[in-house]
Amino acid sequence: MRSIKVQVILWGAQRLSALVLALCVLVHLATIIYAVRSGLTAAHIVSRLHQSSLWTVFYSLFVLAIAIHAPIGLRTVVAEWGYQGRIIDGLLGTIALALVVGGFRALFALQGLA
Amino acid sequence: MKNDFRSRNHPAYWAFILHRMSGVALSLFLPLHFWALGQALQGEIKLQGFLRWTEQPWVKIAETLLVVLLAAHMSGGVRLLMLEFLPWRSWHKTLLALALGVSVAMGLMFLLSVF
Amino acid sequence: MSELTVRIWRGLEAENGEFQDYKVPRLESQTVLDVVTYVQRRVDASLSYRFACRVGVCGSCAMSVNGVSRWTCRTHVSKVAKDGLLEIAPLRNLPVIKDLVTDMSVFFDKWAKARGQFQGEHTRHEAFAQVKPDSKARKNVDAAIECIGCGVCYSSCEVVSWNADYLGPAALSRAWTLVNDVRDVAQKERLQAVAGDAGCQACHTHITCTERCPKGISPTAGIAGLKRAVLNASLKGEL
Repeated sequence: MRSIKVQVILWGAQRLSALVLALCVLVHLATIIYAVRSGLTAAHIVSRLHQSSLWTVFYSLFVLAIAIHAPIGLRTVVAEWGYQGRIIDGLLGTIALALVVGGFRALFALQGLA
Repeated sequence: MKNDFRSRNHPAYWAFILHRMSGVALSLFLPLHFWALGQALQGEIKLQGFLRWTEQPWVKIAETLLVVLLAAHMSGGVRLLMLEFLPWRSWHKTLLALALGVSVAMGLMFLLSVF
Repeated sequence: MSELTVRIWRGLEAENGEFQDYKVPRLESQTVLDVVTYVQRRVDASLSYRFACRVGVCGSCAMSVNGVSRWTCRTHVSKVAKDGLLEIAPLRNLPVIKDLVTDMSVFFDKWAKARGQFQGEHTRHEAFAQVKPDSKARKNVDAAIECIGCGVCYSSCEVVSWNADYLGPAALSRAWTLVNDVRDVAQKERLQAVAGDAGCQACHTHITCTERCPKGISPTAGIAGLKRAVLNASLKGEL
């Protein structure tokens, strides 16, 4: 059982990342809908990414926000299904790390294509 | 004694269920999404090959579902942020309807664009 | 005269009981409390249930009617008995003592745990406190102060059933009225008491409590206020 202070921090981090994600998802959905209109190709994705370094900043922020938001959300779900404790927290921390690694790997992969 | 569905059968609770289920579903989808994009590590041709696989109609339907889930989770989440951080409003049920409307609209926009 | 089939829960513990059927004459303007009273007086004297005022003021007669928690004295049979069938059970999320009577100790213990008691520092020798009735804080108090501790919201809350430590809507709503009480001096302690996974943070805004409260109070609104107050305290390092 984490201390009250930590519990509130986790809750606050969830809400803050939610705010960031609300904006990111809006942009992401708009981009998706625009991009699929003429058929999605690798060339399109890559050229858009290379158009501006703002996209790199955007997706980096997106990945970090998800890595905070999803594990804390899952922690609550799992706790209400009856599972909590240090092991669960450790597992969720690993998931957070995996999301950061996976997300930046994907971003790096797409950046790497010229 | 615990409650059964009769006690929870009202819109704000369904909104919660949708929010929770979409959140869990999206969490499960994310690793797949990162893996698929990571295909680019093996070159543009590999990524393009994968994208061609996604041209299949059933994949497009699945993608539409994902878009709806994402839009629902986001709009439902914005609704919650408003309820928690802004002064309480008596028209919170209208807010719910708005959130639902936005998700359906986004889903439809995607569906129309992808086919 | 038509008849009502009433299914009433009988037993000594939640796990050790069953529904029993009774036939009750259907009367105009009958309330569910009238029905329970009829069964106990005319059919089976061993039925245990609680009531007091019979007129929607005390909250003692709260039970689960057709799955929904409500005051039975203010529930007309005509409004809830679909096809002449009525199912009456004790309030949920509370231990059952017997039949329709629950043990409300844990409900009131959580009230205390949430620091639901006023703590002032003035004595009779000081002047009266001046609280403007149209101030934002006083309006917040007004919206939630009429709670009579009937337990309907607690019985209806899903988070209470999922999380045994969760303080619940009534306790948190009461704490909210005190957080808004400008005379109270235990604010820091109170916010510490209501914060965390067993406190206001656990509320998922199902809004079931608000839906069911017979006094029109919105515990959800109060709990949202507590979330903001707790976050502020946390950012200021007071938690």
